[in-house]
Amino acid sequence: MINLHEVTETNKMISEENLDVRTITLGISLLDCIDSDLEKLKSNIYRKIYDAAKDLVKTGEEISREFGIPIVNKRISVTPIALAGGAACKSEEDFASVARTLDQVAKDVGVNFIGGYSALVSKGMTPADTMLIRSIPKALSSTERVCASVNLGSTRTGINMDAVKLMGEIVRSTAEYTKEEDSLGCAKLVVFCNAPDDNPFMAGAFHGVTEADKIINVGVSGPGVVKTALEKVRGENFEVLCETIKRTAFKVTRVGQLVAQEASAMLNVPFGIVDLSLAPTPAVGDSVADILCEIGLEYAGAPGTTAALALLNDQVKKGGVMASSYVGGLSGAFIPVSEDQGMINAVQAGALTLEKLEAMTCVCSVGLDMIAIPGDTPASTISGIIADEMAIGMVNQKTTAVRIIPVIGKDVGEKVEFGGLLGYAPIMPVNPFSCQAFIDRGGRIPAPIHSFKN
Amino acid sequence: MKKTIITVVGKDTVGIIAKVCTYLADNGINILDISQTIVQGYFNMMMIVDTSGMEKSFGDMADQLTALGETIGVAIKCQKEEIFDKMHRI
Repeated sequence: MINLHEVTETNKMISEENLDVRTITLGISLLDCIDSDLEKLKSNIYRKIYDAAKDLVKTGEEISREFGIPIVNKRISVTPIALAGGAACKSEEDFASVARTLDQVAKDVGVNFIGGYSALVSKGMTPADTMLIRSIPKALSSTERVCASVNLGSTRTGINMDAVKLMGEIVRSTAEYTKEEDSLGCAKLVVFCNAPDDNPFMAGAFHGVTEADKIINVGVSGPGVVKTALEKVRGENFEVLCETIKRTAFKVTRVGQLVAQEASAMLNVPFGIVDLSLAPTPAVGDSVADILCEIGLEYAGAPGTTAALALLNDQVKKGGVMASSYVGGLSGAFIPVSEDQGMINAVQAGALTLEKLEAMTCVCSVGLDMIAIPGDTPASTISGIIADEMAIGMVNQKTTAVRIIPVIGKDVGEKVEFGGLLGYAPIMPVNPFSCQAFIDRGGRIPAPIHSFKN
Repeated sequence: MKKTIITVVGKDTVGIIAKVCTYLADNGINILDISQTIVQGYFNMMMIVDTSGMEKSFGDMADQLTALGETIGVAIKCQKEEIFDKMHRI
């Protein structure tokens, strides 16, 4: 029988250490909504999403109440719109109007984000893919809750450098379109290499074509719980350190598994995966960077950071895998800058640079995330940053991503405030040297060799 | 059997258990186990109860117990047992 000590431990994690379930994401296939008539398509999409998700928020709240665990976000991911809308959309405006339909249904069912305004172009772009990508600035500036993502490369296919070039321009253009709100549109736009089909986290969630009609994916969190557990083993060796992280990750993930199973049963939708993640928020005590400090670094970004993050990420997976029957998504520690108070502190102290962040992304999930850069950064430089990150993912057979925000009208030394879970960020300097000629080449980077590993 | 864990935490005073137990009895909720300690004047109790005989919804019970706690000056929380079971048992 459960004892008082165990009950107290769990409730302390929830009330003092910010343990929560970060998101229940309902994946919905829109493949059966496809129609060559735009109005018909939009009405099919609205109806399918509304019917599938009308009870999502209520169910999330009920589970939260029954177990006493906060479920922060209830979200929806859909089939990439470049696929679902390809037959009906003849212009960028047509695609943007589908985004507005998604926004409307998201508001009507009460979810805070809907992901899947996406294109998968790791090898090449269809005319629909190109049109959707070009419509992103318009779509994100005319909607509130829609998130866009583009998969630009994979270990199997290489990197589509034409798309990388285009996305540098699109990121800039999205920033321009939303400059009144500190270029907030870019916070809802992410590019991937090796994008997973079942990621529950925004902005990159979409419902892959390999998925069932509907699916429940859950993302857990709990950096504060890991940090508190590590406070008790200060000065101990790496064996003790790693065991402690593993044990804690197991407990955190079990809660995610429970919530996923309950949601699946209550909504009568199959359970997909639990994403084993350490997802920070700007709240004090909910920071991945603070865990790195607890491991023994003065600030995130100090020498040793990549090693500390590698072990953290690996132990979270080792502990989490046994706690859940199906694991997927991005699964790892997230290192967004603006959403993590410890990372913000590290940037402000001068400990953390863009280059160190890039190195950190080699060993963790996911990539350069929520990083504010000067508004006058050229599109080609943004493409260069994207290409570097895609190369890391391609060669290391992992998911990498870039969600970078060129804040129009602001420069290094200034701060940008996004509000809520998106937090705030100091603007980070970018390497000033040009990669224009590299980006202008066009074409594809071939897939890497899969033997002779070194 | 539907097991729920009720935790009561707050400054110790006369009649906490009596008031909580009266509410449970009035609503057909059976107590299976109680453990309780007082640390530095703070009352800390955990009850394992069976709610299968209860007619109310879980949410109503949770809200009413929270309200009852406020009148006594303690925090009362209801959670289904599974969250603890999942977290602490393999």
